Amino acid sequence: MSLTSSDNKFYSWLDDRVGVSGFIKAAEKKEVPVHKQSMWYYMGGIAMVLLAIQGLTGILLMVYYVPEISSAHSSVLFINTQIEFGWFVRSLHSWAANILIFILFVHMFSAYFMKAYRKPREVTWFSGMALLGICFAFGFTGYLLPWDEIAFFATKIGLDIAGKTPFIGGVIADLLRGGAEIGQGTISRFFLIHVILLPIALFAVAGLHLLLVQLHGMSEPESFKKAKKKKYEKFFPDFLVKDFMVWLFFFNLVAGIVALFPWGLGPEADPFAPAPAGIKPEWYFLAMFQFLKLLPPHIGPFEGEILGIAFFGVLALVLFVAPFIDTGKSKAVSKFFDVYGILFTIGFVGFTVWGMLD
Amino acid sequence: MIAGTRRVFVRWITGVFAALWAGMASYPFFRYLISGTKKKQAGEELVTSISLGSSEEFLPGASKNFKFGSAPALLVRSEDGAFHAYNAICTHLGCTVQYNEEKKNIWCACHGGVYDTASGKNLAGPPPKPLKALNVEVKEGEIIVSRA
Repeated sequence: MSLTSSDNKFYSWLDDRVGVSGFIKAAEKKEVPVHKQSMWYYMGGIAMVLLAIQGLTGILLMVYYVPEISSAHSSVLFINTQIEFGWFVRSLHSWAANILIFILFVHMFSAYFMKAYRKPREVTWFSGMALLGICFAFGFTGYLLPWDEIAFFATKIGLDIAGKTPFIGGVIADLLRGGAEIGQGTISRFFLIHVILLPIALFAVAGLHLLLVQLHGMSEPESFKKAKKKKYEKFFPDFLVKDFMVWLFFFNLVAGIVALFPWGLGPEADPFAPAPAGIKPEWYFLAMFQFLKLLPPHIGPFEGEILGIAFFGVLALVLFVAPFIDTGKSKAVSKFFDVYGILFTIGFVGFTVWGMLD
Repeated sequence: MIAGTRRVFVRWITGVFAALWAGMASYPFFRYLISGTKKKQAGEELVTSISLGSSEEFLPGASKNFKFGSAPALLVRSEDGAFHAYNAICTHLGCTVQYNEEKKNIWCACHGGVYDTASGKNLAGPPPKPLKALNVEVKEGEIIVSRA
């Protein structure tokens, strides 16, 4: 007797009240195209699993973490050294966060190069960009919480950059900093943004993103659309089983990395000590960091870094508005976005590697 | 036509009132969040001058990062024996600067900005402005740093 058979009393009881068979039928109807680029379809699912790890380990960390200036660093040290498997939970949180950012980049660029942002998936694309922004905000706010030396300066630089936004920058930086200098006010505000506001935003936007993916089905690349023979597989159970295997692999991979390279904790932040020599941001900010170092103090009437930051904004904006411009009607425009994406990726990887070696 | 104009007007005025209401309703919450950033934290007071100990013990070439009010500051004694003090906040992106003994200049580790020790002028790297100077006096052998 199968689990979903009408002979199964519990199943039919549940089905009468919740309508489970409707969901299963919809899932069985959903098909996933099979082609050379199918591997990119797994990225969103991997991101989801990593986010689930973040949620779970985040809740566990809050059991011992104290968001108070004189206790924050020691409470993370306590988790790392005194609590059984504390190092494991804390390292999972830090490592999965970094791997998540990497997977999100891959997810975004695979969708970008497959032109998956075109009609009718524009809103799916925008919601994906919003999710990337939310994850960056998670990263920025979470980074400060252990209150170590590098966290302090990373926040200082980040808030200074935010403060340079024309008109509203000052107010935004003040609201986030919670005082004239980074201190208890900043920890309190970053903590509540990290554990309350961003998770709410994440649930809302990720819900929309997933709903739209279900509504439109998987995007098919041009080469597949033109193919004479198209092969599909069922989402349920065929694709989902493979999805599970990939998720399992990723969980094991992250756990393996964590066991081999547990995440460290720097010396406690001292707001009056100079920035330590050789200080560098996390890898995903390294390209921007390296680029900013090259800029002269003044370019024309503007301060170099303001122009540099505006330049990054424009670079990201082009990705954001791609669905409006590259609608598929013009081959030249389509080609432009291909080249743009390739240059963006080369530039990002190049500056990141340079930053690592420098 | 008249009915249409009236409808447009009513819609417009409703929109204006809705915006006014939204602004009014969110104002207390905005003030709640922003006013905490302007108030002094407990135990914090405005510092106008600070003593940094004996000038005889502070040899030429020596430097010290110290707390001046709520901000980081830097004291350097250059090779000619003169004292220089600055607000130690890099004018680029706000990192805390330090004295580079080897190169005899003030340096920021974050993005490699370099400043002149004697004047605080930005010499190299991305900083757009000089460091903000503080006054240094030696009174009866004691180094006193005060706001410029």
